[in-house]
Amino acid sequence: MNVEHWGLAVAFVVLGPLLGALLAGLDRRLTARMQSRQGPPLLQPIYDVLKLFEKDTVVVTELQTLYLWGFLFFMVISGFILFLGSDLLLSLFALTVSGIFLCLAAYSTNSPYSNIGSSRELLLMMAYEPMLIIVALGFFLVADSFRVSDIVAGSPWQVVQLFGILLGFLFILTIKLRKSPFDLSSSHHGHQELVKGITTDLSGSDLALVEIGHWYENTILLGWLYLFFAPWGVALALPIALVLFFAEVLVDNTHARLKWATTLKATWVVTGLFGVTNLMLLPLIT
Amino acid sequence: MPLIALLIGFPLLAGLAILFAPTHARRADLVRWSVYGLGGATLALALSYFRMEPQFFALGEGVAGALDSAFLLGGIALSVYLLFACRRIKGREWYIPLLILAQTGLMLFAELAPEHPEVARQFYVDSFSILMALIVGLVGGLICLHAIRYMQDYQAHDLEVTDRRPAFFFMLFVFLGAMFGIVFSNHLPWLFFFWEVTTLCSFWLISYSGTDEAIRNGFRALGLNLIGGVAFAGAIVWLTHGPGLHTWELDQLIAAGSTLALIPAVLIAIAGLTKSAQLPFSSWLLGAMVAPTPVSALLHSSTMVKAGVFLLVKLSPVFHDTYAGLLLSLVGGVTFLVTSLAAVSQRNAKRVLAYSTIANLGLIVMCAGVGTATTIWAAILLILFHAVAKALLFLSVGTTEHLIGSRDIEDMEGLVYRRPVLAAMMLVGILGMFLAPFGMLLSKYTCFQAFLTMDVMPGDGILLAAILAFGSAPTLFFWSKWMGKLVAMPRRPNPIEAAIPRDEAIALFTLTLITYVACALFPLADWMFVQPYTEFLTGAGLIPLTDDRIPWETIAMMTAMLGGIFLLPLIFWLRPPRFAVVSGYLSGANVDGSASYRGAMGAEREVESRGYYLTGFIQEDLLVRRGLIGAAILMTLMLWSVNP
Amino acid sequence: MSFLKKSPWILHYAATSCNGCDIELLACLTPLYDVERFGIVNTGNPKHADIFLVTGSVNEESRKVVENLYAQMPDPKAVVAIGACALSGGIFRDAYNVYGGIDQVIPVDVYVPGCAARPESIIDGIVQALAILEERARDRKRQRKVVAS
Repeated sequence: MNVEHWGLAVAFVVLGPLLGALLAGLDRRLTARMQSRQGPPLLQPIYDVLKLFEKDTVVVTELQTLYLWGFLFFMVISGFILFLGSDLLLSLFALTVSGIFLCLAAYSTNSPYSNIGSSRELLLMMAYEPMLIIVALGFFLVADSFRVSDIVAGSPWQVVQLFGILLGFLFILTIKLRKSPFDLSSSHHGHQELVKGITTDLSGSDLALVEIGHWYENTILLGWLYLFFAPWGVALALPIALVLFFAEVLVDNTHARLKWATTLKATWVVTGLFGVTNLMLLPLIT
Repeated sequence: MPLIALLIGFPLLAGLAILFAPTHARRADLVRWSVYGLGGATLALALSYFRMEPQFFALGEGVAGALDSAFLLGGIALSVYLLFACRRIKGREWYIPLLILAQTGLMLFAELAPEHPEVARQFYVDSFSILMALIVGLVGGLICLHAIRYMQDYQAHDLEVTDRRPAFFFMLFVFLGAMFGIVFSNHLPWLFFFWEVTTLCSFWLISYSGTDEAIRNGFRALGLNLIGGVAFAGAIVWLTHGPGLHTWELDQLIAAGSTLALIPAVLIAIAGLTKSAQLPFSSWLLGAMVAPTPVSALLHSSTMVKAGVFLLVKLSPVFHDTYAGLLLSLVGGVTFLVTSLAAVSQRNAKRVLAYSTIANLGLIVMCAGVGTATTIWAAILLILFHAVAKALLFLSVGTTEHLIGSRDIEDMEGLVYRRPVLAAMMLVGILGMFLAPFGMLLSKYTCFQAFLTMDVMPGDGILLAAILAFGSAPTLFFWSKWMGKLVAMPRRPNPIEAAIPRDEAIALFTLTLITYVACALFPLADWMFVQPYTEFLTGAGLIPLTDDRIPWETIAMMTAMLGGIFLLPLIFWLRPPRFAVVSGYLSGANVDGSASYRGAMGAEREVESRGYYLTGFIQEDLLVRRGLIGAAILMTLMLWSVNP
Repeated sequence: MSFLKKSPWILHYAATSCNGCDIELLACLTPLYDVERFGIVNTGNPKHADIFLVTGSVNEESRKVVENLYAQMPDPKAVVAIGACALSGGIFRDAYNVYGGIDQVIPVDVYVPGCAARPESIIDGIVQALAILEERARDRKRQRKVVAS
């Protein structure tokens, strides 16, 4: 635990959302280009959030804001732990808690659309949680530690050893980023049967908190992806991670939404097939 | 030693006093004072043996002999009573009297053997048993306190049930006394006697209402627990007549290690599995739901099921690094996975709690089977957190049931607004059950690490870790969705008029406080109760020394999270944001706020939306049946693996 | 400067439109016009929206819905009526069930004529609404300061 780590962790708290916002902006622009549109400016997500703070906030229940604070708080904690080079498993648990708080915010408004959104969000969490845990377990078996700083300093072959787990992680990354075919709980596209799902009844600064939370989440997920390639050094690992991250945009634009049962089954099958098998075979590929 | 005698004897005397109390009010007072007395005695015990090495007590020749005969006669009397109760069995329950006879026969065969082992030290106290005693004394006591008013309402509500409250409270206290016996006995046949007393009490309490359903479920509990009893008696016979180990002392059994003690340990483990309602024996705990809620709370949190896992964790060093231990862990794992999934499909709050209890015990059994310092550490903390959080949840569900007249989770919608304090207590219970940074999580965290470093056969730890990963996901789902119902804004004002009775309020408040403090100060609980125990075990060379303590910054982060959970509501309460309130979104068709909308043909319709129970995806019957078969096969393998 | 100008989110509701104007409105989102260039997003949710676009005349069935949606939009907000029917009831104005234009029910800021209104004029209408929004945002800010002090 040295100054560098603390610096990185504090940098995450300050700059993390900016990076996440840029990722989101790039995402929107890429999507537009894939649909032969010009798309919004790169900083559009930031404009959106600044606008949301200018707007009034209307709530169904005052408590919903409290749950959103919880969402943001645990999201920041999760990233803080990750960038501090501390415990990966703990970071994952904090991420889960944060997700649950978002669901609570939506549940508390108790409108049918928010209810469907949050129930589906929980369902998706149930789907991807095992794979996320297995990612952490895989790193543990390779680097012999749950500590991010040990994983970063691990063997350059770890991505080969964990290849199945990487595939499984990319699969659930689609869910975590709420991309088609898994955008069951809340979609980037308006006008559909579940309206905005989990964020339907959030507005103004409440919605802005959710957006900022998602920026943090983008950065955290990019961090997780980066970990696979981390031993190769920033110059090589970061571009690879970014390319894989934006490969999700392509998936988003080429798939239609799946039903929840299919999503759950598919995710667990992938988790078993790639994740658990990879763990089992790990002793053979050291 | 006097304290132990007091703890075992006092509940019995208190129970007798309550049984013969002249009036209801008098009895209620007696229950209250006994609960306070019991709590005080356990605290005194905890203080006087604070962080001590295990202390053993030898009774004088005469006393020991007298107690020996007393327990022998008591055991026989117990069997006779059970046989007498069997007059009400029906066709498919024919095996129950046979099991009673088998068990009594085995015990007599062991105890009347001319050269049975001599027991030098009949009782002991170590920090683990102190923790158990605290759970039994405080949590169990609070449940008894809660029961006073609950039973009054229960009887007033259900006039067809004969009022047998004096006997009811007698049984509750005997139950607590027997639990103290289990956690302090070093003398295996005596321990077995206390074990059987808990079986009897649970049978009586489950059948309390006297309906046919209650009686059938009582017999099911009896039958399944007797299977464990027979296995336990078998272990004692093995220790008396078998080759190798020849002892009746628990500490010597544990110290003998896996080469000598594995066979009796596995037999006792089966008894532990039945008592802690693991698959394939789990059905009795769900059946026990017909009993009044305090009984469920008692069975689920502080007594009965905890007796099972207590023994398993005690025997854990014997299972370390053996196939039998691995298979035991797998039985726990299958139970954890299956019942976590099954809980998702339940709407009845008590059934959700029941399945989650079985699942959590499964997790403890997984830890016990691995048997390293870390897993024992995790298992003990799980026992603590589960006991307090689950007792709190059961009692708050019971209180809610009396207030709103339903135990359906969907009917608890908006409890945060309708009964803020009660809902907050329930939320603390739920948070304590599964959410970071509370108790469960800690144990899961250490389990992953411990599983991955175990080494019985290739891939074993990964299998266990994968089971844990897959089983945790549904846990998250069903708890969160329950919380979602609690925090939901009611669409119409729907206040609850009735007040929470004082005894129930005291019990609930204290349990909430204990849950919160246990979570916040877990390093302290660890230092006081768990460390001395694991250090003793490693010091005695019974379990390997491992160096996988949780690093300080992890604990610091957890503390930060816990602080956040406490501070955020505080800040919110001090500086609430003032936002305009509007109705929920109903596609603009709102008629009466969020409550109704204008539907087809201009008709006003009520808004209804329910939680996801995935009943099409998770078929409870099928799932549990498969789990049952799987666990039965694993258990058979476990028995076979110790084949001499 | 107000960021409302850079990110106007719209809510589109067809009161009793023949769908002609709706199709033109949706055409604005297509690659040809691509209004997302200006940060315009069709949210389909009043609680997220800044500009309320209504097509078609108001009748008994849609009156309450228009009112509800308008009420659920957080301030500052603006309303744009699109097409002849939304302006005045159009050819349906004499029908027994029609109230007339949108301004019979909620205050309208910008009127976009046409049957159907062309995408260019719709975009122009939104741009005009932006100026109104910006002013309201300024007023709102001042109001908040007054309330705070």
